[in-house]
Amino acid sequence: MLKEFTKGILKENPVFIIVLGLCPALGVSTKVINSIGMGAGVIFVLLGSNIFVSLLKNFIPEKVRIPSYIVIIASFVTIVQMVMEAFAPSLYDNLGVFVPLIVVNCIILGRAEAFANKNTVKSSILDALGMGIGFTLALLLISLVREVLGAGTITLFPIGSFSGVIQIPGLVDSPVRIFGLAAGALLVMGFLKALFNWIGDLRRIKQ
Amino acid sequence: MSYIGIIITFVFINNFILTQFLGLCPFIGVSKNVESATGMGMAVTFVMALASISTWVIYNYILIPLNIEFLQTITFILVIAALVQFVELVIQKISPALYKALGIFLPLITTNCAVLGIALINVRNNYNALESFVAGIAAGLGFLLAILLMSTIRVKLDSEWVPKPFRGIPIAFVTGGLMAMAFMAFDNALLNNLLG
Repeated sequence: MLKEFTKGILKENPVFIIVLGLCPALGVSTKVINSIGMGAGVIFVLLGSNIFVSLLKNFIPEKVRIPSYIVIIASFVTIVQMVMEAFAPSLYDNLGVFVPLIVVNCIILGRAEAFANKNTVKSSILDALGMGIGFTLALLLISLVREVLGAGTITLFPIGSFSGVIQIPGLVDSPVRIFGLAAGALLVMGFLKALFNWIGDLRRIKQ
Repeated sequence: MSYIGIIITFVFINNFILTQFLGLCPFIGVSKNVESATGMGMAVTFVMALASISTWVIYNYILIPLNIEFLQTITFILVIAALVQFVELVIQKISPALYKALGIFLPLITTNCAVLGIALINVRNNYNALESFVAGIAAGLGFLLAILLMSTIRVKLDSEWVPKPFRGIPIAFVTGGLMAMAFMAFDNALLNNLLG
């Protein structure tokens, strides 16, 4: 049972191993806080869609299953959109068009089609949590590299007197700006994917 | 903004793949050879143009009068899914040759973020019907341009030696990064110089 949960985090990580959901992974990863927000949104939608798809799996006719999944996913995305706009408006502005675009995040439709419509509600919940957390961790890694190198800061939530921005001495005055831009995102993703391939190869040799 | 301005913006300055990160999955997945890249690019352009105009009509004549703009996301994705199915049927009937070339790409387009992306961006930019249509075509052409360039580079890369961990997807991303760097030369200054 625990395997359903842990597989999404490393072994079948949606971003680095299966290579899905790339658009939001690169589009919002300029700041760490954006990754946290995006990750939370995706976990919520994934959880909702996996639960509903696995509950309704015996009622949805085979032929119209994809449109039905899309409607379920889009409903949850609309909830996320409204909640985020109401309670975290600055985050909502930062994420921009990528919030409604959670609908076409292939990870969510992929899990509905490949997992939730064949499994029980309980394992679908674990699968959604694992995949969602795997996605969030991947986003955090990409945005950490990009923000530290590209701006010399780490932006988190402001709590009390702490403004939420950690400045890294040395880098904050002369950051490598390219990492914050589009080109840097693609380069970082390429190098991280190569790193994951390399680790995978090393493991296989060991076995 | 003038129509030429919209075209230059969406093809070069805000190229959907290389600066906006919309449509990355097909950009990496379907760029292994030039033919399939061209097919995908054309199919996406076609669907984006149709999706822009149809979502504009539905947004302005159904969602706004009924005051249900919050249903935007659900409506747009359903319109796009229906549109893709419809285009598939029509092409199959009218031109089997074109269906053979584009057919396998059409089902993939529903979940392409670029199509839903242009529909949402048109609403955000308050474009009128013709501007939305032009933006749809231009964004599609930008997608076609990027995926075509990528596929020609990847064909060349196949005959080169690449370190083992970088083979396949990683080198495609690094190539995309270098292309994005080249596209950084297109910025708003270009638009100002061209259109005054």
